[in-house]
Amino acid sequence: MSNGNQTLGVQRISLRRRIANHLVTYSALGASVLVIVPLVAIFGYLLMKGIGSINWAFLTQIPKPVGEPGGGMGNAIVGSAIILLIASCFGIPLGIGAGIFLAEFGRNKFGNIVRFTSDVLNGVPSIVVGIAVYGLVVVTQKHFSALAGGVALGIMMIPTVARSTEEMLLMVPRTIREAAWGLGVPQWRTTLSVTLKTASAGVITGTMLAFARAAGETAPLLFTAFGNQFWNWNVNQPTAALPLQVFVYAISPFDEWHRQAWAGALVLIILIVAAVTAVRIVTSRGMYRGAA
Amino acid sequence: MSVLAIVVLIAWQLIVNSSLSLKQFGLKFFYGSSWDPVSGDFGALPFVYGTIVSSILALVIAVPLSVAAAVFITEMCPGWLKTPLSFLMELLAAIPSVIYGLWAIFILAPILRQFVEPFLSKFFGWTGLFSGPTYGIGMLAAGVILAIMIVPIISSITREVMTAVPSQQREAVLALGATRWEMIRIAVLRNSRTGIIGGIILGLGRALGETMAVTMVIGNRPEIAKSLFAPGYTMASVMANEFTEATDNLYLSAIVEIGLALFILTLIVNIIAQALVWASTRGMPARAQA
Repeated sequence: MSNGNQTLGVQRISLRRRIANHLVTYSALGASVLVIVPLVAIFGYLLMKGIGSINWAFLTQIPKPVGEPGGGMGNAIVGSAIILLIASCFGIPLGIGAGIFLAEFGRNKFGNIVRFTSDVLNGVPSIVVGIAVYGLVVVTQKHFSALAGGVALGIMMIPTVARSTEEMLLMVPRTIREAAWGLGVPQWRTTLSVTLKTASAGVITGTMLAFARAAGETAPLLFTAFGNQFWNWNVNQPTAALPLQVFVYAISPFDEWHRQAWAGALVLIILIVAAVTAVRIVTSRGMYRGAA
Repeated sequence: MSVLAIVVLIAWQLIVNSSLSLKQFGLKFFYGSSWDPVSGDFGALPFVYGTIVSSILALVIAVPLSVAAAVFITEMCPGWLKTPLSFLMELLAAIPSVIYGLWAIFILAPILRQFVEPFLSKFFGWTGLFSGPTYGIGMLAAGVILAIMIVPIISSITREVMTAVPSQQREAVLALGATRWEMIRIAVLRNSRTGIIGGIILGLGRALGETMAVTMVIGNRPEIAKSLFAPGYTMASVMANEFTEATDNLYLSAIVEIGLALFILTLIVNIIAQALVWASTRGMPARAQA
């Protein structure tokens, strides 16, 4: 009796349904593979084409004129560092500030407006931010500068930092805050040294992600930092940046520059992947700690 | 608070700096198709067309792939594969667009020129979409590279929304004798519909504003061509290419006006997307409580 029921149960799934099931399973598998292929291809080509051109000279020298072999992107690496430093000084405090505001005092209509605007800002194309900063900083200063590039990248960082700070702060249990208040700690002190400190690992994660994203941005730098073929330490002068240099070299007609573009891209991606992976390790460790 | 100020400041800057061309051309700016800096005649239609076509092309390629990949990761793949797979997807999202562009110029475009485009024109040439000389660089290359760039976005949001579907829903459908595919269709996809659409629109917003990779492969010719092999131009790439070359004020303000239009376009797209994603992820726990 029970045997008969089982066979009946198996037979009830018609051939058509079984085929559909398998078809979907394999096409989903195929799609996942297809999505991963470009990633592997990009990294593979970057390593293959870039590794040969990376050497000490590439990392420390400035570009040579077309036709002369050698030269490097040292000035672009330093320029990127300067621009990112300015962007971080400007974007991270503002972002964290906005995040604190949203988490601690943002449970009202005004908070919702700010939250919504920050999501909107996140979706604004980077090139549009570049144009706006051009109008704001470059036109008033009358020339391109690292400062303008930093401001543009800083603006790009704010929404990411703000939203991840807010999320992390909201995960801090209310009891911890209440414990601080119970000890007579004023609200601002509670927020800074208790809530923010508890959430610091998560906040750092969000900040690093924003930093990595800003490090690879090119479009807003086109008409803010502008690029420079020489060493420059003055934040008021046009400054080279790594992604910008890669772009310029990639669309140039010279083979030597193409090689350098691959190498520059490889350096850039190594920096970014290192940042993202570090974040990944820190967060997974943080989770274990939380569980224990 | 500063966030609010910054958005207002951006919008204000764009409006002020484009006022000259706003006054000069009015609405004609968006349906005029001549772009002639020398004689001072500006119409943005080819760029609007290029932006929209390349983005739609990207969606057509990316949506089925990313939803299928999300289904695989959340519903099918063994547990040990889940983390590495989603990590790889995240990595794909972290690659700077200039590197996508570099790869597209030197690797993707030659592949398209040698293998994909001759194949398409041989079998689908009659549609008119795949005709003409095969450069490799053009609308198709832009669409493909955009698709690769937005897959991680759509896929990660789809994954999030699918994970939010309560597992009782899945168990209930399975208990009724459904196969795995039927369970996914009835329990998972139907429940996360809104969120998935939101994710797709968010991806669209990203594709519309993407600059560097597209500029590098689309060919940069302000022309409206029916064939996807032909070079085109997008709103973002015209800004990237010509902003520093713009010599007179009218030219400059015409380019800023394109920026303003792009700003408004992405604003609308993002607002719709946010509303949909919020509705589906925030509504979920509330319903579970009730």
